[in-house]
Amino acid sequence: MAHIPPYEETDRLIRLLGVTKTYTQPGKYDIRILDDITLDIHSGEFVALLGPSGSGKSTLLRIITGLSRPSYGTVLYRGHPVTGPNPQAAMVFQSFALYPWLTILQNVELGLVAKGEARSLRREKSLKLVDLIGLSGYEDAFPKELSGGMRQRVGFARALAVDPELLCMDEPFSALDFLTAENLRSELLDLWLESKIPTRAILLVTHGIEEAVFMADRIIILSKNPARITADLSVPLPYPRNRKSQEFIDLVDSVYKIVTGRNDEQEALPPKTGDELNAPRDRVRLAPIPYGHVSMVSGLLELVADRGNRDDLYRLGSELFLEVDDLLPVTETAELFHLAEVKEGDLTLTGLGQQFADADVSERKRIIREQLKDVPLFNLIERVLRNKTNHAMPKEFFNDILEEHFSVAEAERQLTTAINWGRFAELFHYDPDSELVYLSPDQKTPDENGSDSYKKSE
Amino acid sequence: MSNNTSRRTGLSYADILVGSLMVAIVYFVITWATHAHSYRPETGGISLSYARLPLYALYSWLRMFAAYIISLFFTFGYSYLAAYNKRAEKILIPLLDILQSIPVLSFLPVVLLAFIALFPESRIGVNLASILLIFTGQVWNMVFGLYNGLITIPSDLKESARSLNLSAWQRFRLLELPYSMVGLVWNSMMSWAGGWFFLMAAEMFSLGNHNYQLQGLGSYLQTAANQGNWAKEIWGLVVLILVIVAMDQIVWRPLLAWADKFKMKFVEGSSSVPRSAVLMLLRRSLLVGWLGQHVFSPLTEWSDHFFSRTVPSIHKVPAVSTLGGIIRALLLTFSLFAVFMAWQGSVHLMSQWNGFQILTVLMAVGATLTRVLLSLLISVIWTVPAGVFIGLHPKWAQPLTPLTQIAASVPATALFPGLVALLIGLRGGLETASVLLMVLGTQWYILFNVIAGASAIPEDLREAATMFGLKGWHAWKNLILPAIYPYLITGLITASGGAWNASIVAEYVSFHNHTYTTFGVGSLIAQSSQKGQFSLLLLATASLAVIVVLINRFIWRSLYNRASKRYSF
Repeated sequence: MAHIPPYEETDRLIRLLGVTKTYTQPGKYDIRILDDITLDIHSGEFVALLGPSGSGKSTLLRIITGLSRPSYGTVLYRGHPVTGPNPQAAMVFQSFALYPWLTILQNVELGLVAKGEARSLRREKSLKLVDLIGLSGYEDAFPKELSGGMRQRVGFARALAVDPELLCMDEPFSALDFLTAENLRSELLDLWLESKIPTRAILLVTHGIEEAVFMADRIIILSKNPARITADLSVPLPYPRNRKSQEFIDLVDSVYKIVTGRNDEQEALPPKTGDELNAPRDRVRLAPIPYGHVSMVSGLLELVADRGNRDDLYRLGSELFLEVDDLLPVTETAELFHLAEVKEGDLTLTGLGQQFADADVSERKRIIREQLKDVPLFNLIERVLRNKTNHAMPKEFFNDILEEHFSVAEAERQLTTAINWGRFAELFHYDPDSELVYLSPDQKTPDENGSDSYKKSE
Repeated sequence: MSNNTSRRTGLSYADILVGSLMVAIVYFVITWATHAHSYRPETGGISLSYARLPLYALYSWLRMFAAYIISLFFTFGYSYLAAYNKRAEKILIPLLDILQSIPVLSFLPVVLLAFIALFPESRIGVNLASILLIFTGQVWNMVFGLYNGLITIPSDLKESARSLNLSAWQRFRLLELPYSMVGLVWNSMMSWAGGWFFLMAAEMFSLGNHNYQLQGLGSYLQTAANQGNWAKEIWGLVVLILVIVAMDQIVWRPLLAWADKFKMKFVEGSSSVPRSAVLMLLRRSLLVGWLGQHVFSPLTEWSDHFFSRTVPSIHKVPAVSTLGGIIRALLLTFSLFAVFMAWQGSVHLMSQWNGFQILTVLMAVGATLTRVLLSLLISVIWTVPAGVFIGLHPKWAQPLTPLTQIAASVPATALFPGLVALLIGLRGGLETASVLLMVLGTQWYILFNVIAGASAIPEDLREAATMFGLKGWHAWKNLILPAIYPYLITGLITASGGAWNASIVAEYVSFHNHTYTTFGVGSLIAQSSQKGQFSLLLLATASLAVIVVLINRFIWRSLYNRASKRYSF
């Protein structure tokens, strides 16, 4: 402990210290997306960053590669602060990000051109990589002539051409079909495990739990709004991994529980510690609504009702070909409406949920209408519309309110979802031409809807 | 000249700031023009001999080319500044928006006078004035095209360029230029078409009894019409069309076909890939291949090497140097001082305004506006049925398209002298001629847009209409009109820009050494600049600019926004 041996620094590639990222909206509150991330990545590790979409994991990846800078905190690469794009890191993009006007070979050469390497050397290196990645024969093709899987191979070759120490991948397989993705995953693993590439560490951003367990030897789980590290697990399974083996299934299941369990916890106790630091005290926090579609909720509840009002979420997801990322908004919506409960990775219907599953459309509308009365956002919309003499309000008004709580894109999504639910429940109308949210004559008096609970809450 | 890529409506502080800057600039030009001492009329004789025609065509083309090269450089500078400097963007974009809505031709007399003052006794002044006018006619949509290209580059491509550590120059040649190429080529084509329009008007212009003429196709046509020499007039037109068609075949078509590889689409095999035999020939030629191998590719290597040292990389934070700070402060002080001077001068001119002048100008603007609207109406009445017919019947579109394209390529101003010669003897001849000229200049924009709209109606919607037995008026009301509406609006916006410009040339005409005018803001501007009534000139120019910008912002843009939101598939 007296002196730090030099090899320890070389062993640790990346060190993040208290990395925090906020987006400032002009005239509005700051939105915090990454909160105090502290993390080390060592040589030889294959790390998966796992989190729901919109959790800021891509932002974190961009901060690690130096493409984006943290608002607070430090990023060190081999002990040196990262201030610009890190030349030792290479990136593979979800959308491939190939230049359509360059041939495959020119695309692969791009990083070497930037390094100013001589033409002959460049050609030699990139031809070798094109061969390694299985693209020989396609050197003169343009990206648009290739299939998605082939394009992502070019993406890998381009990243590997600069001999990066750190290979960063931003959901590299999500734009590919199932078989192509699986094929590419195992080929990448081969290259990595057999040390055919000089890469020292790989960082994979994903929302696929199975993908993370299949590929990585360390999984870091991020929460949402703002992103914090909720778990840091190592995956002790030997390669090649078998998706059907019991250990694999157990591990996936336990990761599933961590990912879904975190949400229970969040709902149970409203976030206080982290948010009071950056939010003024008098500001009431508007809880975000999950953007699940009512028809998806109905479908899910009917399915679970047929199976005895209870089912395993992981099994449901894989049966419906839904990633946890697509399934969660639906279950969260069901929970918000008190139609179901998620515990220990299981979804259980409540009494109301069973009633909902059996009901016809108008009865379902009534139930949702009833439940929406307890959602703060809908309280707000209703109160505003009732108090206005003409019972109509421009959409921008609500948008402005929401933008004080969420990013611009999130506010838009929140309002779109709210309008969808409101229309389904016939709580209010929305006219896209005039962009007005309004009440029709029969909606103006709460009594006619037979809603006593609303009166009580007033 | 309006470009539909910008969808701003309403006014902002930036607009007001930019507006006052413009008044200042106009003032400077006007005071410059005031100091013009006895300008010498340029009567370099225009010979109507056929043998001179190729030479005149070359002169006209060279003027166009010079203006285009200047536009190209201006485009790169302006759009780079607007796209990458947030503070500059706030001023440059509203400025661009206003500049491209103003009918450039109304400034012709003023600009002409200013340049003659700058280069008295020589032909350079008039030449530069015409080049400047062409430049102002063609540059704005190019700037908008490139700026839009630069700001819409997908973020993943930008990120990959950064993560691969491309230098600023490499990003330009590998990412920014290729990405903007399609838009740049299209806008260049449009700019050349607009340039011909201005060139024809700018080559020969009379202020009172002074004739300014440059040797070129435009003055050839005008002289021929003046002398009533119809054979020469037609031959002049034929040569003009030949030049335009040759440009199309030799330059634009190959460029368009080449630019196709820069499109961001990732789906292969769409049927409408532009092809060009010329391009194919070039691509297969051994010489071009050799040049690529031995000249172009070493050149790019060298440029990468050269610029990596000279051009600083974008993400380096520039050190705040004291020298830079001083220069910036000096520049700012100077420009503030200039604006202040100009304002003071303009206020002095404004103090000479009286109620009668203001009323006259308002009525003049109203008269011109009426002509513009009338010409749009006439154009819509014939182009909508014709365009829908062509669009819905691809069999007819095949032979008709090249014909209409050639017809549309003839700049309306080239036909104008002939039109005037025919109609001037009649009662209200110039009135009719001016509206006709505007129709000639505007109808094509509407026609092509309507054709595009009608042919874009999805097959299933047409089949559904047939199934439900929608016919006649019902089919028009429920299917055709809503479907072509956004296209029609786009066409109308472009057309009204063209109509304003045409109206200016049309209101003040010299024929047989006699000046004919009709009441309107264009003739008001020409007359006041000729008589040296500078306060009236400032008033007329400013109100014209304000009216056109207001109409664009409050009527066309909101119509367009609504159309693209409500009636798009």
